[in-house]
Amino acid sequence: MIKRVTLLIAVFSVVAAACGESGAPDTTAPGADDTTTAPTTAPTTTPDTTAATTPDTTATTAAVGDECAVENLELVSPGELTVATGEPAFPPWVIDDDPTNQQGFESAVVYAVAEEMGFSADQVTWTRVGFDEAIAPGPKDFDLNIQQYSITDERDEVVDFTVPYYVTQQALVAFADSEIADATSIEDLRSYALGAQIGTTSLDYIEEVIQPETQAAVYDTNADAKSALDAGQIDAIVFDLPTAYFITAVEMTDTSIVGALPASEDQADRFGMMLEEGNPLKACVDQALEALRSDGTLDALAEEWLAQESDIPILSE
Amino acid sequence: MSWPSAPSTLGGRRDPDPGARRAREEGARGAFIAFLSTLVFVGLALWAILTSEAWPRVQQQFFNPEAFAEVWPAVISGFWLDVRMFLGAEVLILFFALVVAMARSLRGPAFFPIRALSVVFIDLIRGIPIILLILILGFGVPALDLPGVPRSPLFWGIAALVISYSAYTAEVYRAGIDSVPESQRMSARSLGLTQVQTLRYVLIPQAVRNVIPALLNGFVSLQKDVSLVFVLGVREGVREAQIFNARTFNYTGYIVAALLFLAVSIPVARFTDWYTERDRRRRQAMSA
Repeated sequence: MIKRVTLLIAVFSVVAAACGESGAPDTTAPGADDTTTAPTTAPTTTPDTTAATTPDTTATTAAVGDECAVENLELVSPGELTVATGEPAFPPWVIDDDPTNQQGFESAVVYAVAEEMGFSADQVTWTRVGFDEAIAPGPKDFDLNIQQYSITDERDEVVDFTVPYYVTQQALVAFADSEIADATSIEDLRSYALGAQIGTTSLDYIEEVIQPETQAAVYDTNADAKSALDAGQIDAIVFDLPTAYFITAVEMTDTSIVGALPASEDQADRFGMMLEEGNPLKACVDQALEALRSDGTLDALAEEWLAQESDIPILSE
Repeated sequence: MSWPSAPSTLGGRRDPDPGARRAREEGARGAFIAFLSTLVFVGLALWAILTSEAWPRVQQQFFNPEAFAEVWPAVISGFWLDVRMFLGAEVLILFFALVVAMARSLRGPAFFPIRALSVVFIDLIRGIPIILLILILGFGVPALDLPGVPRSPLFWGIAALVISYSAYTAEVYRAGIDSVPESQRMSARSLGLTQVQTLRYVLIPQAVRNVIPALLNGFVSLQKDVSLVFVLGVREGVREAQIFNARTFNYTGYIVAALLFLAVSIPVARFTDWYTERDRRRRQAMSA
């Protein structure tokens, strides 16, 4: 009996020691986090001084390099990058609702980021998480979640976002032969019934900027909003611009983009990948995204997957 | 009544009714134990929740006073729409369901088509999930672009609820009609009342009284189901809470909406119990 007790104590002390050891790297993580924020903010605030800060940046990236090596990352599933997206995922963000095909902007961005971080394509695992499930408090079963999450301060309090992988604006879509299609200013839109998907910058834009006379209708998905437009229950829908292009060009060809909606710099719709609050992985993903931005990969992918015509009128304010 | 073997009488004290006294003592002791155990149970549960590591975060996301103040006006105005919807829908449901139940309760071969129609209606509608009915009617019918047919999502949402609940409620009525003794029907018929008159003046009044608790139960259920019309873009209370949640990732709006729904459903539940109890006593008094 006594032998057993001593054995137990021995086991416990080993476990305790192990816990202590595994706890140690955690405490150093915030420090590493701080160093990575320096290079990411520096170029945006003072673009002229890039030359001056260059040695600094390389120094820190070298230092953080170890932290962001695949084998040192704390991942939901070790050795794999688990990425969540919506169910279903819509084009042009994901093509054919199959994120593993590397087609569609968000799928392509994820594989580019993974490669930049040192993962092979096989090491990227996809999972499907609904919007409500993804934002619920508590531990997440994904490393990254990508489904056109707009970065806002309020959301940032309860989850973490990477730096934006795409910045866009809002656009208004209506049937080409409808009355609202002739609108030229925000003022013209106020008397119409407008709709948008829940939780989008599009909805915020209607409520805060357009402020229509009838309250905006709010739908679970863009698909429902399109049904309502078809049913004549609303006159127009606000989408982010790439979605608007796709819907008018492919899905509802009798609709057209009435116009892009004017937005100030801070009203721009910035899409970021979502992570669990405090996930140290953020710094490494940010680093990869910054690298992809500066070498032009993000722009090239946007050009490949997101139609970008320049003849879209911008509605006046 | 006496309890000669009761231990309390062994002490030599004389009690006019030791049994009642014991019952009183046990009642008091029972109440005390119930109070104590509730206190311990609730205390432990609260302690477990409030000291859990994630509590501050849950509090911030679910019970956030600032978010409460911000979301309240939208949720309360949406909830007012819910109240108007379930009151209006309930009136229509009670009426249509009764018509369907009466159609199903008609006897004789001549009424077969009407009976068959009501059976088909009830079977079909009860078999379709209510949310699908709302989506099909709400997006489908207006898309047909028929002249003179309303397009309003609110109209079709309520229509779907009325149709669905009428099918269920018709079955409640029918159970009530079947519970009236057959002799009542036969007596009425032998007095020269037509089938419809028999239903209207003899069977229905007795049937409805039997099923009022079941009807109120359906009403409580309807109170919450009306919020499903939000899938059509209608901004009722739950939707307003969702909109806030989706924008801020904060759940306080849901708590607000839940409290509002409780505030109307609990009184109805208490009323149902009170009514059922009163009805039971009256019947006992009558049969005694």
